[in-house]
Amino acid sequence: MTQGLALLAFLVVSFLAVGSLLVGARLLRVRARVDSPLKRETYECGETPRGMAWVRFHARYYVVALFFVLFDIEAALILPWSTIVREVGTTGLVAVGTFVGVLMLGWAWAMRKGALQWV
Amino acid sequence: MSDGLLHGVVYSVLIVSVVLTATAMALWFERKFAARMQTRLGPTIVGPIGLLQPVADLLKLLQKEDIVPDNADAAIFNLVPPLAALAALGAAAVVPFSPSVVASDLDVGVLYVLAIGAVTVLPIFGAGWSSNNKLALLGGMRAVAQSISYEVPLLLSAMVPVILSGSLRLGTIVQMQADHHWFVVWPFFIGLPAFGIFMLAMLAEANRIPFDIPEAESELVAGVTTEYTGMKFALFYMAEYVHTIVASAVGAALFLGGWDGPFFPGLHWMVLKTLLLFTAVYWVRWSLLRFRSDQLMGLCWKWLVPMGVLLVGAAATWVVVFP
Amino acid sequence: MTALQTVQITRRVDPHLSIDRYDPEGELMLLHFGPQHPSTHGVFRMDLYLDGEKVVKVIPHVGYLHRAVEKLCETLAYVQITPIVDKNDYVAPMTNEQALNMAFEAALKLEVPRRARWMRTLFAELQRIASHLLWLGTFALDLGGALGGGSTVFIHCFRERELVLDLFEEVTGARFHYNTHTIGGNRHDLPAGWSAKVHAALDVIGPRLDEYEAMTLENRIFLDRTVGVGKLDAELALELGITGPILRACGVDHDLRRDAPFHAYDEVKVNVVTAQGGDCLARAQVRLGEMRESVRLVRQMVDGVPEGSINSGKPVKLPVQTKIPPGQVYVAIETPRGELGTYLVSDGTQFPYRLKIRPPSLHALSALPYIVPGGTVSDAVAILGSLDPIMGEVDR
Repeated sequence: MTQGLALLAFLVVSFLAVGSLLVGARLLRVRARVDSPLKRETYECGETPRGMAWVRFHARYYVVALFFVLFDIEAALILPWSTIVREVGTTGLVAVGTFVGVLMLGWAWAMRKGALQWV
Repeated sequence: MSDGLLHGVVYSVLIVSVVLTATAMALWFERKFAARMQTRLGPTIVGPIGLLQPVADLLKLLQKEDIVPDNADAAIFNLVPPLAALAALGAAAVVPFSPSVVASDLDVGVLYVLAIGAVTVLPIFGAGWSSNNKLALLGGMRAVAQSISYEVPLLLSAMVPVILSGSLRLGTIVQMQADHHWFVVWPFFIGLPAFGIFMLAMLAEANRIPFDIPEAESELVAGVTTEYTGMKFALFYMAEYVHTIVASAVGAALFLGGWDGPFFPGLHWMVLKTLLLFTAVYWVRWSLLRFRSDQLMGLCWKWLVPMGVLLVGAAATWVVVFP
Repeated sequence: MTALQTVQITRRVDPHLSIDRYDPEGELMLLHFGPQHPSTHGVFRMDLYLDGEKVVKVIPHVGYLHRAVEKLCETLAYVQITPIVDKNDYVAPMTNEQALNMAFEAALKLEVPRRARWMRTLFAELQRIASHLLWLGTFALDLGGALGGGSTVFIHCFRERELVLDLFEEVTGARFHYNTHTIGGNRHDLPAGWSAKVHAALDVIGPRLDEYEAMTLENRIFLDRTVGVGKLDAELALELGITGPILRACGVDHDLRRDAPFHAYDEVKVNVVTAQGGDCLARAQVRLGEMRESVRLVRQMVDGVPEGSINSGKPVKLPVQTKIPPGQVYVAIETPRGELGTYLVSDGTQFPYRLKIRPPSLHALSALPYIVPGGTVSDAVAILGSLDPIMGEVDR
């Protein structure tokens, strides 16, 4: 409980530090005498951009996302075990080993199928 | 209880200010270091041997005009820079700089470090998306893919010291190493590769070369920070440096025995180890070229993840066989 | 077989198709890559049509640096043109001057003294070292970033390039825009003790080239980024008129220094460096090998520069005194980037009627629409860097 409050205090202090920088910048910043809409145009190497960037984007990385969900859940499941490896001993080792082994079989299959060969 | 809280608040103020100052000095140090690698001198004008250069940079950035592009989503655009700095800074809360110098020795410290490390991708992607800039969007997409990929080996390698020490509390992990051996020393065949993977994954999370494809200034101009000016840009920049420092400190605590060391007080050892790791990061940065995004993902999923799983298995077997 | 047919046979990507054929529903993202971009080597623009990170179609746009050099030359007397063309290929100005003055000499049927020809050869080879060093630096910058390992290679390359520029400064007084070649020979003679300085500089550069090979050709990340990237086949390269290191990287053994000797190249043996594969790595191999070959050639020639006059032409009091008889002439030399041609049409007055410069970089850029599609944005940067375009001579 105390440690949690201390953590909160740390985050508040960090926020104040970062916030004071932003406030300082707001006070000190220069303002242009003449405002120009050209200045506020989106940068695209000096050319006027054609269309918005908010388009349907071919996220080839979705395979990565799937993999990530898979392994993250694995990690979430074996993290509690990792603190009590000594206590549960061989039984736990075999159980977790089987679980991870099955998972890695799936990984090997995906690699063989070339699931991570993109672009 | 109020004593503990007071302790926390005092050390919070101390650690935040020290880390921020260290970040400014890290900027100077990196520029000098890189300059020496490149047969240059680096900053020499502002202050003795350019020591006041970060101050001058900060003052300059504070005065910069604040530009929000017309097409950008202003709310998110303005929100994410402080969030990025905050997420990077937050991990420092649980790092034990010495047995007593720690803001909050959480009993789930390792988990907290990993969690707040994962948050850093949100502001980066938010910046990429809200800028409404194609270069920034590409950078943001790369950042997401890279961060979530390297999250997995990071988790797996951080699990190794947890298994070896049987605790998620960073203080206990360091104490364990102080009582027995540093994890990179014994069992070195588990600790050393795990340490390597941890540092690589941390580098990837902090977007440092060779993992800096979200920025990739030779391809995406400045990646996600293309549209940012002044202090908002500086906050992203700062977040990167803070992240590197904190990652070095966490790596030192998890694998290099933290504050453990002979002759000198623990704080000195911790600072020394952090500095060494930090220098190594910059050495890598100024020596290597940049990977392509698909090669980066391949490296992670084809090599680091299976290696991480193997190491976790090895560590668990080690603990079970030699309790 | 017509040109277009060959193109369709050799490449599956047909750059002549309009974007509507690739993308009938307009789902591709159009990214203007340049002109204000850190790695377009000057002001060059590629319109990239992106499918995610993958490049589907490229439309290169040149002309941002157009200075109307050719038209300007038509209003200048012959001896006044040399300093103008210095600015075309601003990474290898020596070879620009040489190509231009060789065209005038050919039109005037003027014999260049042997000493001047040897000096020109030496200058050309030293310039090749300097130019390729700059290329290596900027290529590493493209691959590794200005805030990382790339800039380390870049600045190290510049350190050695300085040595070459110092040598040129010793002779001409200028570090870059030399204006040392003139019709019928050279303007500045070699100073005493120059050859010792050349040897000293090469003693530094030679071993450093080993370092650069270690930093690039033996670097895993460098290999990952270059092997198989931007593959150009020999037929397409010939079809597009590509010359120089890029052509030799496709395995075509073609070098004007050996095949059509100019200067004093007929008196020495030039070993032509070629590589197989036509990808970015092969181009790097060729250029690194050429630097070694240039070091060898300079070492061999610098002590044997024959004595004699350095200029066969009469001293010119007024620029307009030089008149070239009516006719036309085309002269090509091998610059660090390939075949630099000068086509001169004269009507007998003191001004050229038409002066056409054939820059090797322009032809190199014409390969982009064929070899970039299929790669990622990162590959596009690497390919552009490996072609070593100098926009000053592309746009003129």
